[in-house]
Amino acid sequence: MAMKIRATMVGDSADVKVLMNHPMETGTRKDAKTGQTVPAHYISRIVATVGGKTVLEADTGPAISKNPYLAFKVKGAKSGDKVTVAWEDNKGEKESAEAAIG
Amino acid sequence: MNHQRRTVLRGVGAAGAVGVAAAAGLLRPTEVYAAPRSVFDAKDAAGVMRGLGAGGAAESGQIVVKAPDIAENGAVVPVEVTSNIPGTESIAIIAEKNASPMVADFDLKGGAEGFVSTRIKLANTSPVRAVVRAGGKMHTAAKEVKVTIGGCGG
Repeated sequence: MAMKIRATMVGDSADVKVLMNHPMETGTRKDAKTGQTVPAHYISRIVATVGGKTVLEADTGPAISKNPYLAFKVKGAKSGDKVTVAWEDNKGEKESAEAAIG
Repeated sequence: MNHQRRTVLRGVGAAGAVGVAAAAGLLRPTEVYAAPRSVFDAKDAAGVMRGLGAGGAAESGQIVVKAPDIAENGAVVPVEVTSNIPGTESIAIIAEKNASPMVADFDLKGGAEGFVSTRIKLANTSPVRAVVRAGGKMHTAAKEVKVTIGGCGG
């Protein structure tokens, strides 16, 4: 499952909702079968742009829930503007996606 | 000795160092005022507040922290923060009773409103605190969430 972005205009603001696919392991959880500690694996940074402008830069830790959900609002955006969201995790893995404001 | 001249020179030197680092791409200009990553290593809420430079943050009624009164599942607790403070530059979320309380810090710019919504893990019943930076000043508000099943033990 890839990252999902839904962006709609509400009044003069864009309402952006993002669903990321990530285990968000804290590094303290034990595997129920093996009893081994599951290593920390979490998104540490998220950057979003709207219409080519950076609108959100987040530093995140493992206390964000599994398969992270993020929503934000951007004034001055318009229907058709491109929205991009990119994340990077503590292991250096990256993913990005884009959508147009509906 | 001309003390005033010394002070001026020192000021120029400090500004110059940041400028050089930014130009070299070592430090993106937008990150100059961001909280250090080490704030995620803090083991108590007071340590996180210090790390955010929010030790003296004022309680603000203009920040609304929306979260459930009771969370049946601490692994997935919806949290929505709205800051009605003009010029809101960032919103940080802190789960005060987690072993590592820092959850996330969102820098908002380019027309982004003082709003962020996400889902967080709560190990225990705890205040969920928002810290807002606006015009270089720190403001804060919190909402207590009662957790019936913790979200960090697995």
